[in-house]
Amino acid sequence: MRPGAPSFPRESPTINMLDVASHPQTGGLLEFDAVTKVYGQTTALSAFSHRFAPGLVHALMGKNGSGKSTLVKILAGVIEPTSGGLRVNGAKAAFHTPQDAFGAGVVTVHQELSLVPSLSIGENIFLGRLPMARRLGLSVIDWARLHRMATELLHEMGLDLDPRQLVATLSVGQQQVVEIAKAMSFNPLVLLLDEPTSALATREVNLLFTLVRSLRERGVTILYITHRMNELFEIADTCTVLRDGVFAGSVAMADATPSSIIEMMFGETASVNRRARAPIDRTSAPVLRVQGLTQNGHFEDISFDVHRGEILGIAGLLGAGRTEVMRAIFGADPLDAGAITINGQTIATAKPKVMKDAGLGYTPENRKEVGLVQILSTHDNLCMASLGRIAPSGVITRASEQASVDRQIADLAIKVADPMLPVSSLSGGNQQKVVIGNWLNTQPQVMFFDEPSRGVDVQAKRQIFDIIWDQTEQGLAAVFVSTELEEVLEVADRILVMRLGRIVAEVDPTTTTLDALYLLCMEGSTL
Amino acid sequence: MTAALGTPKAANPVMRLIRAYPMELILIVLIVLLVFTAPGFASTRNLLNVLRTGALLGIIAFGMTAVIISGEIDLSVGAGAALAGCITAWFCGALVGVLGGPMAAVISIAIAVAIGFAIGFSVGKFRQWFNIPTFIATLALFTALRGAANLITGGFPLTTFPPGFNFLGGGYLLGIPFPVYIFAATFAGMHFLMNFTRFGRAVYAVGGNMEAARLSGIDIWWVKSMALGILGALTAVSGILIASQIGSGTGTTATGMELDVIAAVIIGGTSLFGGKGRIWGTLIGVLFLGCISNGMTLLNVSEYWQYVVRGGIILGAVLLNQVLERVR
Repeated sequence: MRPGAPSFPRESPTINMLDVASHPQTGGLLEFDAVTKVYGQTTALSAFSHRFAPGLVHALMGKNGSGKSTLVKILAGVIEPTSGGLRVNGAKAAFHTPQDAFGAGVVTVHQELSLVPSLSIGENIFLGRLPMARRLGLSVIDWARLHRMATELLHEMGLDLDPRQLVATLSVGQQQVVEIAKAMSFNPLVLLLDEPTSALATREVNLLFTLVRSLRERGVTILYITHRMNELFEIADTCTVLRDGVFAGSVAMADATPSSIIEMMFGETASVNRRARAPIDRTSAPVLRVQGLTQNGHFEDISFDVHRGEILGIAGLLGAGRTEVMRAIFGADPLDAGAITINGQTIATAKPKVMKDAGLGYTPENRKEVGLVQILSTHDNLCMASLGRIAPSGVITRASEQASVDRQIADLAIKVADPMLPVSSLSGGNQQKVVIGNWLNTQPQVMFFDEPSRGVDVQAKRQIFDIIWDQTEQGLAAVFVSTELEEVLEVADRILVMRLGRIVAEVDPTTTTLDALYLLCMEGSTL
Repeated sequence: MTAALGTPKAANPVMRLIRAYPMELILIVLIVLLVFTAPGFASTRNLLNVLRTGALLGIIAFGMTAVIISGEIDLSVGAGAALAGCITAWFCGALVGVLGGPMAAVISIAIAVAIGFAIGFSVGKFRQWFNIPTFIATLALFTALRGAANLITGGFPLTTFPPGFNFLGGGYLLGIPFPVYIFAATFAGMHFLMNFTRFGRAVYAVGGNMEAARLSGIDIWWVKSMALGILGALTAVSGILIASQIGSGTGTTATGMELDVIAAVIIGGTSLFGGKGRIWGTLIGVLFLGCISNGMTLLNVSEYWQYVVRGGIILGAVLLNQVLERVR
């Protein structure tokens, strides 16, 4: 150790906490050997073998469900592979716990930040291993040393942050950087960054990239997971692609093009089995018209029309602002600017109750948390939004609600043993149908379906799409949002593409390929 | 009505009964025990006394049940009851010369109930506008209302009620104490409100999942504020009955009543997490607490032991509910 350099505390023998600067890295060689992870019937990751060369930035790509997050969890020691093994610098590594992964020099920065906002930067970095000193025979926290070590670490990484500052006062980008500093305090051979830019503004992305480059110069092997194509070409040296849990290929970025990577991600795209749809009458006045909707920091200048009987799809990557737009139109969150018209009626201030009365329904994306009251019965959940319609006088009985409950259970084929039992006992697909049924009972003119197929099985998904098609054939206007672009292509009559809070394109699903749509979502334009 | 909700068909009908009506059965067992062990428990006079005491607690507890189901709490009901008694006494004293006894009483009662409603409703609005938890707001009211009550009376009992006012809290109608009628009416009204009105259903939805209720177009703050307002009004009613019974507006009455009220609601199976509970359960809880206190007094159990036993009962009831929940 360099003379005078602060030494990091060593409370846990398995964690190597040497000073970063005094021990330049030689980089970790990370090898996967037929790593497989099986959950019940599904194989999340199938015989993944690959060699990640030391001292480079390796991007890892794949759409949702490709096995990316399984790979991350295995590397972080959160789950163990069903079969196969890892080697770090040639040595066999078996991670039973996150501590094992740290011990082997593999450190993960997860997508969700794991800092304690009410503590200082320094304390967060050394949480659980604060340096101690003996004072008057007692073991007390050595704050001076802690701050010295933290300052040293932050300076080595080229960061000008005061370790005494509270994390709560930092921007998201700065917090991300502190998270990486914390990871670096473990002196990793391999650093895994899971979508580090997903919550960052452009300026902060640049700060992060500078940091990643300086870490690479120090020889750290970096695994970089992202959804954003443009970042690959800026920061990565290689790109490895997973598809349906299988290794789909790996290229050096110098030889890669966006379309070659997309081809690896999607492979031979299966033809979509759309239902034949009647032509939509777009000459009459739209049921819903929004103009210039803006919510500062989330989306800007959103305008579109939805016609009777039409399914409007909104495509976009996570964080593109799709859900935010729907929530704002429904009045769940406030708007900063824009106009909303339903059936020719202009809405002064959108609030859930106002919008419901105007004929708008909204099935939220996270049904478990906000779509249903889990401890109440299926019966009660099916009537929650329509109490005013069922009981205009305010007085209500189970009997008066029964017709509405029975109709939705029959129409939507909800499998429920006893409607009086808590809705939490139903499967995901049936719960989703209850959310939809709750809103259909309000007899809406327009319905927003936000991720209606998330977390439901294949059969239930088909049924939910059938419900949306059936309802729109009876005159409902629908807005459909899904992270799965295949589903948007299959279900919608017309697709708006959102990127970074703006509508960047409108496409016809019958003439658009999945690759083209994906590229639009990522780049905002076709290449 | 929905008592057996969530109970699977058990093989043994006795076991099924125990699981569906645990507190009801325990109450029956307790009453049978007391009839045989406590001297004088089964006398009509004593039972009517239990009912009268229970009525004063229960009127408030039914309102508290709605508030707790909506996911909030009110710690100020004891002080609120004392304040209502004092307000009524003060207005009676001020108006009796102008309006005459009966009219003065009616107006004074209306004023006290309206103030009770307004205080409760504004606690809900404070929660909405300033995000002050009702626990905190009503903790502040817990001392502030008590102080206000004593300010009105100047620290001495206000004996300004017109003649005949004592009937409300102390009188009998057809041989049954008058407060018991109010108790029964409150039970019926709250049971109807919670089970057969849009508002009642909304209370369950708001307490079970506030965001889901909001996204269903329910005005969650109106629902919560109304529940708190109704509790405030019922607290005033009970406070007026107490004042009538003792013949004066006194700032120090109903001390510690909030804890008995909350205990009765919890013993009745209402969840402090919100979204779950029944007015019927609270009725059982009120009767249970009433019987146990009365029984212990008749059995000459020391007052200090009575406190310990009541504490044990609250804990035991919650424990029982948790265990049954798991068995189900």
